[in-house]
Amino acid sequence: MSVNEKIVSDLVANNVNFVTTVPCKQLAGVIDLIEKSPDLKHVPSNKEDEGMGLCAGAFMGGMRPAIIMQNTAIGVTINTLVTLTQYYRMPLPMLISYRGELGEPVACQVEMAVHTKALLAQLHIPTYHFHKEEDVEELDAILKHSFMCNKPVAILTDASFWKGY
Amino acid sequence: MVRSDVLKEIASILRDQLVVCNIGLPSQELHLIDDQPTNFYMLGTMGLASSIGLGLAMAQPKKVISIDGDGSVLTNFGTLPTIANNTTDNFILLIIDNGSYGSTGDQPTYAGQKTSLTAVAKACGCDNVIECDAADTGKVLQEALDGDKMTIIVCKCESGNVKVPVITMDPVTIRDRFMGAVKS
Ligand SMILES: [Mg+2]
Repeated sequence: MSVNEKIVSDLVANNVNFVTTVPCKQLAGVIDLIEKSPDLKHVPSNKEDEGMGLCAGAFMGGMRPAIIMQNTAIGVTINTLVTLTQYYRMPLPMLISYRGELGEPVACQVEMAVHTKALLAQLHIPTYHFHKEEDVEELDAILKHSFMCNKPVAILTDASFWKGY
Repeated sequence: MVRSDVLKEIASILRDQLVVCNIGLPSQELHLIDDQPTNFYMLGTMGLASSIGLGLAMAQPKKVISIDGDGSVLTNFGTLPTIANNTTDNFILLIIDNGSYGSTGDQPTYAGQKTSLTAVAKACGCDNVIECDAADTGKVLQEALDGDKMTIIVCKCESGNVKVPVITMDPVTIRDRFMGAVKS
């Protein structure tokens, strides 16, 4: 099973059924599988805070949401995470492309990478860093954790995990 | 008519529907006029009433009305293409367009100047976009509910606010009560 297949199969096994995405090169393969999965309703969004609004609505309607985005989106979504997802206490697994880590060819991406973990820590968001391929084994438990405690959780997936892009 | 007059006018129609209400004065006014478990009040996060409502409508079969404002739609313009391209026939977006940022002191919005939200919604691909005068909102909203088609209503009204208390209900209580109403 490829990493992309493992991610989608863990989402489905955890009854995640609503996924919104803002694309990233590293996540292209998994987004493609999400679009094709008959078990996942896929709604692409134009901005990550909009996507979190969709996820909040889907959750209140009885679905189990997740969002896929880049770490640059942490800068975009702090207000939404704090005043919607956390304030109303809702679960939200965030599968995040951790751009700007080792192997990154685009210098500007590093500027947000150096703030990513500090921002997530400041927001008290449980954060997991997938660096080696076998780290994906923890995804199942992370998804369960988010829905158990009704909190957003961040899964940072870097270029080493994706073996470049 | 100002926004609170419109809300008073349509309160009896809203009562039995799932309503996602915009941050600030719209939620405070609706809460004062007719608090219902079927109302989800946004206490923060300007701009996302339409996104939350669309997600909710996609997730379950009951009708959902998002009450939004012109300023909030301008804040989250990306919502209109998402709505247009994900037709959800149990979803109604009611934009109360008073041409101003009401909750912050009635500063003018661009929607009250050269930008037509009706034209923007149509250009984004939304199929049923109806612009109406404030006095006709109840009739247009009822027709949209009866029509079983995703509808965007742009209600043109005057700017102006009435004094209303803030909502002191706990957010988790609002959410829990609302989810109970969604399920019932
Ligand atoms: Mg306004």
